[in-house]
Amino acid sequence: MSASASTRRAGAQHTSMFFRMLIRAAILRRGRAATALMAVVVAATATTAMLNLFVDVQSKLRKEFRNYGANVVVLAKEGQSIAPDVLAKTKSILAGHGVAVPFAYVVARTSNAEPLVVAGTDLDQVRKLDSWWSVTAWPKEPHAALLGVRAAAAISPQGRPFNLYFHGRPISLTPSGTVHTGAGEDSRIYLSLEDFETWTAVPPSTIEIAVSGSPHEVDATIAKLQQALPEIEVRPVRQIMEAESRVLGKTRATLSAASVLIIVTAALCVLATLTGWILDRRRDFAIMKALGASQQFIGGFLAAEAAALGAVGALIGFGLGISISAWIAKANFGAPAVPRLEVFPVVLIGCVIVALMSAIVPISLLRQVQPAMILKGE
Amino acid sequence: MFVRLVYESFRRQKRRKLLAGAAIAFGVSVATAMIGVATDVGDKINRELRTYGANLVVNPQEDSLDVEIAGVNLKPPSDGAYLSEADLPKIKGMFWRNNIVGFAPVLPLNVGVGKTKTALVGTYFSKPLHFGTENFVTGVRATYPWWKVQGSWPDDDSRDVLIGERLAASLGQKAGGEVTINGQPFRVTGILSTGGPEDNEVIAPLGLAQEIVGKPGVVRRVYVSAVTKPEDAFARRDPKTLSPEMYDRWYCSPYAQAIAYQLQEAIPHSHAEQIRQVAQTEGIVLSRIEGLMLLVTLASLFASALAVSAAMATTIFERRREVGLMKALGAGGLSIASLFFAESALLALLGGAAGFAGGSLLAYQAGRWIFDSPITIQPVLFPLVFCIAVVVTFAGSVAAIRRAVRFDPVYALRGEA
Repeated sequence: MSASASTRRAGAQHTSMFFRMLIRAAILRRGRAATALMAVVVAATATTAMLNLFVDVQSKLRKEFRNYGANVVVLAKEGQSIAPDVLAKTKSILAGHGVAVPFAYVVARTSNAEPLVVAGTDLDQVRKLDSWWSVTAWPKEPHAALLGVRAAAAISPQGRPFNLYFHGRPISLTPSGTVHTGAGEDSRIYLSLEDFETWTAVPPSTIEIAVSGSPHEVDATIAKLQQALPEIEVRPVRQIMEAESRVLGKTRATLSAASVLIIVTAALCVLATLTGWILDRRRDFAIMKALGASQQFIGGFLAAEAAALGAVGALIGFGLGISISAWIAKANFGAPAVPRLEVFPVVLIGCVIVALMSAIVPISLLRQVQPAMILKGE
Repeated sequence: MFVRLVYESFRRQKRRKLLAGAAIAFGVSVATAMIGVATDVGDKINRELRTYGANLVVNPQEDSLDVEIAGVNLKPPSDGAYLSEADLPKIKGMFWRNNIVGFAPVLPLNVGVGKTKTALVGTYFSKPLHFGTENFVTGVRATYPWWKVQGSWPDDDSRDVLIGERLAASLGQKAGGEVTINGQPFRVTGILSTGGPEDNEVIAPLGLAQEIVGKPGVVRRVYVSAVTKPEDAFARRDPKTLSPEMYDRWYCSPYAQAIAYQLQEAIPHSHAEQIRQVAQTEGIVLSRIEGLMLLVTLASLFASALAVSAAMATTIFERRREVGLMKALGAGGLSIASLFFAESALLALLGGAAGFAGGSLLAYQAGRWIFDSPITIQPVLFPLVFCIAVVVTFAGSVAAIRRAVRFDPVYALRGEA
């Protein structure tokens, strides 16, 4: 009974001595300990910044890729039009993760009986969807029209009001401005959907959708749309989707190669510094050994010290790395990177492992050396 | 004496010098590789962005309005102006010819296929052309890499056609079948899938389309895929208002506008312009990716600088007994510092050279792996990389050397520093 109590007391003393040594080692040798800690902090900072950027930048780049416009189109089946509730359904499926814009087209005639394509659409949404449209002034009032540059040159070069006829029904329009895209839009006239429908009574035939998110999320949205709207066709725009995944894939590969290089450099830096730090203190360990510390004790002490250093360094480095990645994202994309907490365990475990690895070589070296030799300075 | 000290230090401490040299070499090779990637990644991504298809279009100057909805042309085919097919090879004679990834002329017609009315587009698939002594191959396979064909692509000189997958489904056609266009039978070599209006169309060699419309040697418009520089304020200036030097600078920059201007010069009676959806957006995407890589490169330069500094600091710190001995023998701070700086410079020289070679190899392999084309490090970068290596090694040594100089020889020799 008393024997076991005394063993326990001895064990407690042993433990408290162990921690005291750890803490005193950190306090008394602040200069060298700070250098070692610095190395771990820098490595953790670099690693956190790269990993956080790597995770966050992809969603930021995807947002940039949405500037290419619609990646999904919803079409009415041959000879039909899209039912009025389809747009509302589409928007509810998107739930804010994208823009859906209806388009209706007819071929109208000018007063000289020239044919001309007129489109009705939600002009405010088009502005969001097709950011590349170069528009002088968007229509605001009813009966104002947006003219493609080529259509404007043909129909209203001075910006005067003009008339159009669809199946004999006239509409008089005022040009508000011109749109220039270098493609089919330049030959068309755009009206608000309300004006268009009261004039022609033709409902939309196409909905162009820019779905945001990863390819997986886009596919899921397409599947949902197809399921909810069996009477219409939902098609991905291959030109946009394939090119995006290709460019994004290459960017990601470059970024990951850079991350690997940076992280390996940082880890080697920690390894070199910590190994040097421990070897520098071989006299301390020789004294411990001379005072009767076992090989296991010294090994455990070194490992605990390295692990503590790694953990503290990882904690500080994580904070710094998050701010650096936020700054990089802000400088480049105009919006700071969101801190990804899932990066922290990776950085923590990585730092502790590298720190422990740097303790392995000195431990095995110290094992072979006689304390007397070290204490004599040889 | 000084030279002998440096020499002996390298001869006797081979392992330690090797370690420090390796650290420098590693840091420099990371820096070199990242600089190489950062300088070249813009160009590489720009080429990848060409998978979005043509970014320039050449139309006839006197063109009437298009009457086209979702790829279906509602205008009589005789209407409108044409470009001459014979002028097309001149595109490869332009100043920026090497930036032209490919071009594809189109000649759309309305035809009857069986009982349905649809569009037939004549174009190049991968047509060999030559301008002067230069031979090149161009067509939709270069400009529209997302077009997929089940079966095989038709020959540009043949009378075979491709049909879009939707049209094929409604006709019940398969690759290898035969289709009647305007009463004549043609062989279908493949089914085309693009996810665009072409899925409802017939795509034929240009010569065949010209024959059907009865106008040999004409094309309706030309789509051009060119590697361009992102647009800036200078790019948007009107070339007619620029002074001669500014005009030369504008003309010799690969802006979409400048390339369009040159296309217009190369092809008579034409009007070339950018397809803004592709041209404008790629500028945005490209500048974002380039900016990101630049910042990441800075971060990696910083990390490799720290690695080199840490290695140098450790090597010098380990030699404080030596410093103590030198001081005890009467060496001044200046001579000790210059000894260490000389050693650092020598290490930087050797490590930097090895690192530059390693980094070039690394960049080369990374380029091959990521972009299927090697990233070559320009030899002009060597002085830059070398300066970085020396500066970083010195910067890393300064703190350690200052401490070494300040050691009290008594304590240093007793090993209590």
